[in-house]
Amino acid sequence: MRNPLSDIITDIKPSGIRKFFDIVSEMEDAISLGVGEPDFDTPWHIRDEGIYSLEKGRTFYTSNAGLKELKVEISKYIERTQKISYDANQEVIVTVGGSEAIDIALRAMINPGEEVLIPQPSYVSYEPCAILAGGVPVIIELKEENEFRLTAKELRDAITEKTKVLILPFPNNPTGAIMEKEDLEAIAEVIREKDIFVISDEIYAELTYKGKHVSIASLPGMQERTVLINGFSKSYAMTGWRLGYACAPHMIMEQMLKIHQFAIMCAPTTSQYAAVEALRNGDDDVAMMREAYNQRRRFLMHSFKEMGLKCFEPYGAFYVFPCIKEFGMTSDEFANRLLQEEKVAVVPGTAFGDCGEGFLRISYAYSLENLKIALNKINAFITRLRNQK
Amino acid sequence: MREQILSIIEKNSRINVKELAVILGAEEIDVANELQAMEEEGIICGYHTMIDWEKTSIEKVTALIEVRITPQRGQGYDNIAERIYKYSEVNSVYLISGGYDLLVTLDGKSLKAVSSFVSDKLSTLDGVLSTATHFILKKYKDHGTILTKKYEDTREKVTP
Repeated sequence: MRNPLSDIITDIKPSGIRKFFDIVSEMEDAISLGVGEPDFDTPWHIRDEGIYSLEKGRTFYTSNAGLKELKVEISKYIERTQKISYDANQEVIVTVGGSEAIDIALRAMINPGEEVLIPQPSYVSYEPCAILAGGVPVIIELKEENEFRLTAKELRDAITEKTKVLILPFPNNPTGAIMEKEDLEAIAEVIREKDIFVISDEIYAELTYKGKHVSIASLPGMQERTVLINGFSKSYAMTGWRLGYACAPHMIMEQMLKIHQFAIMCAPTTSQYAAVEALRNGDDDVAMMREAYNQRRRFLMHSFKEMGLKCFEPYGAFYVFPCIKEFGMTSDEFANRLLQEEKVAVVPGTAFGDCGEGFLRISYAYSLENLKIALNKINAFITRLRNQK
Repeated sequence: MREQILSIIEKNSRINVKELAVILGAEEIDVANELQAMEEEGIICGYHTMIDWEKTSIEKVTALIEVRITPQRGQGYDNIAERIYKYSEVNSVYLISGGYDLLVTLDGKSLKAVSSFVSDKLSTLDGVLSTATHFILKKYKDHGTILTKKYEDTREKVTP
């Protein structure tokens, strides 16, 4: 029999998280700090709208780009948070999670051989999606000493004649790093000068703990070269609804819409009705969850300090990214031993790129009680390691 | 900071000052001072425990009683309200807008104990026009806490 598979996909290695997941799920009583989604339930009034839409029989396709009222709400939301306007009819698309938006944005913009700049550590799908789109991923290794922000110099050094797009993943999963306005201004200058484009993954935009999130699209001359991606998963605790969106100049959006139309048809209708409610009446829920995350973040930072575990202070998402280099182990070894010896699951930094070596991703999408128990166990583990030295 | 402190201790009054300071990113001394000030000002009136008596073997019934009264000249409703809230079995007394005047909640050992309180003590008060007693059969949610279901983490254990 001939090989039924495509070389391009078989060459892509499976997500590093998967392997770890398999080990953790075997362990019944493990405490996990490994989850990349909120611990809150979707606020009831949002779920209720989803249910109501089903009761009313809204079970058909929506138009390809999404429900008109949802696109209008999205464009109003961007307007009120970022002071930039997108035409709801031509520049907004509702997608199956932020992840679909990443995929179709890359496929709409990349020609074979063109380079896609991917700062790492970052979310696991950028690199494979860039490859599947025919692009060549070029990794920019972010540094702890810069608090894992992307600097203008790092960007400039990575740009070649083939560079087409920069993926900008802030607030960042797994580091929790953010890019503030000055940071963005510095890189925007390089982006304009070198005439490249940006896919800005802002799925954690609502979860920042040091001033409000600024989108790069809101800087002068940047809206026309940016695909802004956001969604409902993190801000409204709606991961399972699979709903995201992208805003982009019409020229790019037209092509993204074609891919979406042929591959997906439209995002889930029930989820779209629920999302309208989320954007219209969900601000208080977001504020409540943000405050809860912030309290946990402070608790973790304080505990690390007491344990003497080095960790830069992250101001976004719901992750901390402590450094474990002092123990002379790889992230993988550390995470595995922590799991075996203390039954606490954290994700090795290397699951998010090679430069995540020496770090762990710890999620604080857990109750304070839960975090306390887990942190005590981590403390016991590292105390043991230090005593053995 | 007050609002934040209150919203936390409203849900968890056992949290200590140190921990409160950590999660609020504030100094311990400032938090302690705020707490003390709010106690003195009567903003914080007590630190109670939420108990689901249903799950104990202790018999207890709770009743909501709607009370219609005639307000008194110069006193309004306050005088009668005071005469009612002084009974130790009375849990809470609210002045209500709408079809009746006072909402009284009451804990008693048995239906009989509650109904005799209503007929002997409450309805005989001067100024009380009528009462309507409702017994609570089941508490689903109390003080923002769902009593019937426990939180269960159904997420996958590790996700990107």
